[in-house]
Amino acid sequence: MDIFNLIFSFLYQFGDAFAFLVLSACGLAVIFGMMGVINLAHGEFIMCGAYVSTSAAHAGLPLPLAIVAGAVAAGIAGMIVEWVVIRPLYQRPLDTIVATWGISMIVTQGTLIVLGPSLQGVGTPFGSFTMGGYSYSVYRVILMIAAVGTLALLWLMFTRTRFGLLSRATIQVPHVAEAMGVNTNLIYSLTFGLGAGLAGLAGGLYAPTMTLVPTMGASFMVEAFVTVVVGGADIFLGTAPAAAVLAVIKAALTGWQGQLAGQIGLLIAVIIVIRILPRGISGKILKERA
Amino acid sequence: MSNPSRSAASALGILLLAGAAFGQDAGPIRLGVLEDQSGDFALATIGKVHAIQLAAEEINAAGGIGGRPLELVEYDTQSDNTRYQEFMRRVLQRDKVDAVFAGFSSASREAYRPIVNQFDGLAFYNNQYEGGVCDANMIVTGAVPEQQFSTLLPYMIKTYGPNVYTIAADYNFGQISAEWVRNIVAENGGTMVGEEFIPLGVSQFSQTIQNIQGAKPDFVVTLLVGTAQSSYYEQAGAANLNLPMASSVNVGQGYEHKRFTPPSLKDMYATVNYVEEIDSPASKEFVAKFRAKFPDEPYINQEASNSYAAVYLYKQLVERAKSTDLAEIRKVIAQGDVCVDGPGGQMCIDPKSQHVSHTIHLAHVTADHSVEFPTKWDAIQPYWLGEAGCDLTVSDPSEQYTPSNPPPSNG
Repeated sequence: MDIFNLIFSFLYQFGDAFAFLVLSACGLAVIFGMMGVINLAHGEFIMCGAYVSTSAAHAGLPLPLAIVAGAVAAGIAGMIVEWVVIRPLYQRPLDTIVATWGISMIVTQGTLIVLGPSLQGVGTPFGSFTMGGYSYSVYRVILMIAAVGTLALLWLMFTRTRFGLLSRATIQVPHVAEAMGVNTNLIYSLTFGLGAGLAGLAGGLYAPTMTLVPTMGASFMVEAFVTVVVGGADIFLGTAPAAAVLAVIKAALTGWQGQLAGQIGLLIAVIIVIRILPRGISGKILKERA
Repeated sequence: MSNPSRSAASALGILLLAGAAFGQDAGPIRLGVLEDQSGDFALATIGKVHAIQLAAEEINAAGGIGGRPLELVEYDTQSDNTRYQEFMRRVLQRDKVDAVFAGFSSASREAYRPIVNQFDGLAFYNNQYEGGVCDANMIVTGAVPEQQFSTLLPYMIKTYGPNVYTIAADYNFGQISAEWVRNIVAENGGTMVGEEFIPLGVSQFSQTIQNIQGAKPDFVVTLLVGTAQSSYYEQAGAANLNLPMASSVNVGQGYEHKRFTPPSLKDMYATVNYVEEIDSPASKEFVAKFRAKFPDEPYINQEASNSYAAVYLYKQLVERAKSTDLAEIRKVIAQGDVCVDGPGGQMCIDPKSQHVSHTIHLAHVTADHSVEFPTKWDAIQPYWLGEAGCDLTVSDPSEQYTPSNPPPSNG
């Protein structure tokens, strides 16, 4: 019985870390991994999703719909940002750092000035369950399911829909795609919006469990960048396995020696991976396949 | 951020006014205000700036300090230690302020303190902290561990049991406070069943919650700092951790009980020298004045009260010294009777440590997140530094000491 409980608690912690890594990284994997825009405003799209979904929930919308509303709002915000700021910078990836960093600061400070230092949360739904002397939050299990579901939907979207095909074509060889009659501006805009929307989804999903402040996005940034850098450019061959490997490292080290060890472990992992696999896990897999 | 043209204009106005009123060349007394108005700590510190503005307005309306108006020179330090160093140099060198009110986190205080020493300035640190700063250039109006833990922990051990688990922010504040907890728990016959340090900015606590459940403490001491770390309460509540909590820093600073849905802070006990729920005439009057000037203030916390009282302490020091000169001010402090009645109770400066005595209130957060006060302790002295051998009336080491690193004995 004890062994079973031990395994369950490790699986729960692994799943919890995995969900956090996948959900925080998905949007960044699209914008940074696929499109090559180094998006330092990723955390602010997450904050946007969290704020909109929480406000919608306060206004009486059921929580799942509120979360979707947060994702949609962040997606629309993303498309506007892409159109206004990012579009001239696709050939200048380093300049995107400065531009998105600026957006991040403007949004954080603007939110502080307009909406004040914090927003009242909605509280975590669904209560808890007990297993072998430990109690666990039910909502955290839902987050794990949401992470896997998000990966599955993204996979379907990129491999089974026309948008997915056009998006991959546009990002791989934009001028050929354009010559074939693809509206590449629209595809860039939609893909960026998808990435921002995924960030907003992460914000909406985690909003009930977190403190809602203008700087909340920052606490997702390290995990998101570490996961995308370890994973490489491909979401499915990269982000998902990277999140799995990092989640094992994080859950094991945090359980053994506390949060500090978990954080150190994550950063050491990324240093080692960059040294051995400069193009991340997916770069390695794709090279071997080719 | 300050608006240079507007503050220049208002400075000019005040100068003219002062000249006209008193017919002498005594310009305004300039007070630097370096607080985090943006970034991770802004939530707890914007109220401090407002409190200083409120006190300055009241003092100016009543004729200023010794007839001279009080002028504030404000900078937003952005929750960033290097900004503190930059702006501390600026206020002392360029703006030539008479005193500075600065700092929230202990990391930022230790970042700017050498600069205050270098220019021989006077800085007020209006924040509860881990204690131990023995520095003649500093006056600390916040509460320290011997005031907060020597009251809180015996109460908790008696009420809930001897097994204690500490989670603390991983920097000088959390580390040194945790050392205090360890010592005071041992002195009161308790046992530490666990201790975990959390890097600033961490917001996910599933594994920490499980570690706590595994150690089976009777209560948890939470020394969490910054808005990211306060997610702990929501997550512990969702996982039904359901343990009493004790803190020297939460509730009184970050008003977690107002931000999170009940009952996630049920049975949180905090020793504070002020929170807005305190039901005394002085507190009610302070809240009424504060809300009249800042109607949208989400919460009036302990540090806002300390900052407000500190302006009045400074006023008294300057008026009695008849000068803003640090040596003259310290002669007044050495008399040992510099006291003001703050919103939470009387505060007197201890000449040996230049820390302040407080009325310590035990705040208990109930299941519906209202606050009750089971008990309070009057005139709790910041005794540790003096007993350990820090005496600023004799020498100024400008050091920070801890129980494991006390002042060298004056042999």
